[in-house]
Amino acid sequence: MSEMNALSETVSSGKRRERFAFFKEIRKNGKLYLLTLPGILLILVFAYLPMGGIVIAFQDFNVMEGIAGSEFVGLRNFEFFVQSPDMLRIAGNTLYLNALFIVFSTLAAISIAVMLTEIGGRWFKRIAQSLVILPHFVSWTVVAMLLSVLLNTEAGLINQLLAAFGVDAVQFYSDPDKWPLILVLVKIWQGAGFGSIVYLATIAGINPDIYEAASIDGASRWQKIRFITLPLLKTTVILLTLLAMGGIFYGDFGMIYAIVGLNVLLYPTTDVIDTYVYRALMELGDLSMAAAVGFFQSVLGFILVITVNWLARRFSPDSAIF
Amino acid sequence: MIKESLADRLLKGAFAGCLTLFAVYCILPFVAVIGNSLTTERSIRLHGFTLFPREWTTLAYQFIFSDSTIFRAYGVTIFVTVVGTALAMLATCALAYPLSLRALKYRNAINFYVYFTMLFNGGLVASYLLIAKYLGMKDTIWVLIIPALINPWNMFLLRNFFKSIDESLAESAKIDGADDIYIMFRIILPISLPALSTIGLFYAIAFWNKWFEALLYISDERLYPLQYLIQRIMSNLQFAEQLQAKGLFVDIETPTLTVNLATTVVTIGPIIFLYPFLQKYFVKGLMVGAVKG
Repeated sequence: MSEMNALSETVSSGKRRERFAFFKEIRKNGKLYLLTLPGILLILVFAYLPMGGIVIAFQDFNVMEGIAGSEFVGLRNFEFFVQSPDMLRIAGNTLYLNALFIVFSTLAAISIAVMLTEIGGRWFKRIAQSLVILPHFVSWTVVAMLLSVLLNTEAGLINQLLAAFGVDAVQFYSDPDKWPLILVLVKIWQGAGFGSIVYLATIAGINPDIYEAASIDGASRWQKIRFITLPLLKTTVILLTLLAMGGIFYGDFGMIYAIVGLNVLLYPTTDVIDTYVYRALMELGDLSMAAAVGFFQSVLGFILVITVNWLARRFSPDSAIF
Repeated sequence: MIKESLADRLLKGAFAGCLTLFAVYCILPFVAVIGNSLTTERSIRLHGFTLFPREWTTLAYQFIFSDSTIFRAYGVTIFVTVVGTALAMLATCALAYPLSLRALKYRNAINFYVYFTMLFNGGLVASYLLIAKYLGMKDTIWVLIIPALINPWNMFLLRNFFKSIDESLAESAKIDGADDIYIMFRIILPISLPALSTIGLFYAIAFWNKWFEALLYISDERLYPLQYLIQRIMSNLQFAEQLQAKGLFVDIETPTLTVNLATTVVTIGPIIFLYPFLQKYFVKGLMVGAVKG
């Protein structure tokens, strides 16, 4: 009995000490915590509150009744889309397009970084770099407009070029098979130059003595790239690829919606989870189904990030994100 | 200096060639849009789009500027960009600076709190309901600003930069009796200008290019930002093209082809003009953040 008392006493005094430490910390650094407050509140409202809204995915949600009043239906919303043929298509498109984007954007970004490092001429370098980064700073709606000048069936530049070689005009906007390639080219156009900055920074951080030693041993320029630069980029490549893979279930809504929009003819190859959810929300008004698809996506994405990071820590500890 | 071999020089030449080609690939669509915005409607109908105009005219631009739509959209976008960037920088610095200090006991908990939002989110539907139904931010200009004030990615980039500042600087000021808020504004931020301009630029471009939020939440035409204006034009074009592809006769006489292109040019104008001056900031800033990160 007395032992119990002693135990509970130490527990409560431990708690008291903890609380005391908390107040001490607040008194000491109160103004610093005050500074973090606006940020913490913004994140609470716009990132954490919506997480609570996930409940909708398990409800037959009715806007009038709100979250509190809507009927709970368990996994019914999930059953619906798992059985629908759309699901396979949009999940497949999302994964396929993102895999293409990751592979080709990474390759292009690395190539640009290596080439920019190797070439001489300060001005040439600066101008080339400025030009290849520029597309990153225009919005996808502008990209869509630029693309229409190139791909328009009658007037487009590409079809005029084809005509000059005697090739028939291609109806790009009604031929879904061409779009994975087009989207990859657009993605490289938009992101490869900007993506190369991180690799440039990594290359700039490589100890120049290594290159010098290789030169003295008679290594050619190509050998130095092949055996010094590329291997030393490995950690960065893995890290960025992992980050990108964590988002592989998230379609690039901004890009695809701006470019493809509501062009039903192109859906077979371009409709991704995000555009589907958007339509379910805005056009069908089926909030519960849209929420269910979104939840499914978030959970898969989350599991993927954790797995990918675990793999990274196992095989290449420097590349792990956390 | 070892003299370069022929193979090395060839490789260098090939790299310069590839880069030039890629740079042309990057810039060509811009040239095409600017070129075709400066030509006549008739020329496009007859010859299709051309890289450089055959018949010069500034009619499309005169037409845009004779209407108030573009000016109003410009006003909205400039307001969103200026106010948004200023508020975002304040909120982001105020969060990033304390988190960079080892003296802050609960910094890891707060770090994780921010980081977790990069791993998991509530999805579009919940955000939409929250903003449109519960917060009542539909059709207000603030819906384009407030939800975007903290970008975790930018926050961590800035925190990494603050971390690289010697902590003894803040400590000695503290001994002299300065409080933390004073230290942040008067000592830390002034010496962090390069990093601040990089992050500020990222925010500014994100605000300038906003259109998805407008698509979701804004139906009042007076609140359309520039990029959303382009999106509306684009979806009308796609609609017409789709009908044509289905073989339906559409009598949409679009004397507005050049006007659409001119509108596009006008929305990207400021970015293109400011770009050469700003470019050095984000390259340097990103390199600092990337190496330290």
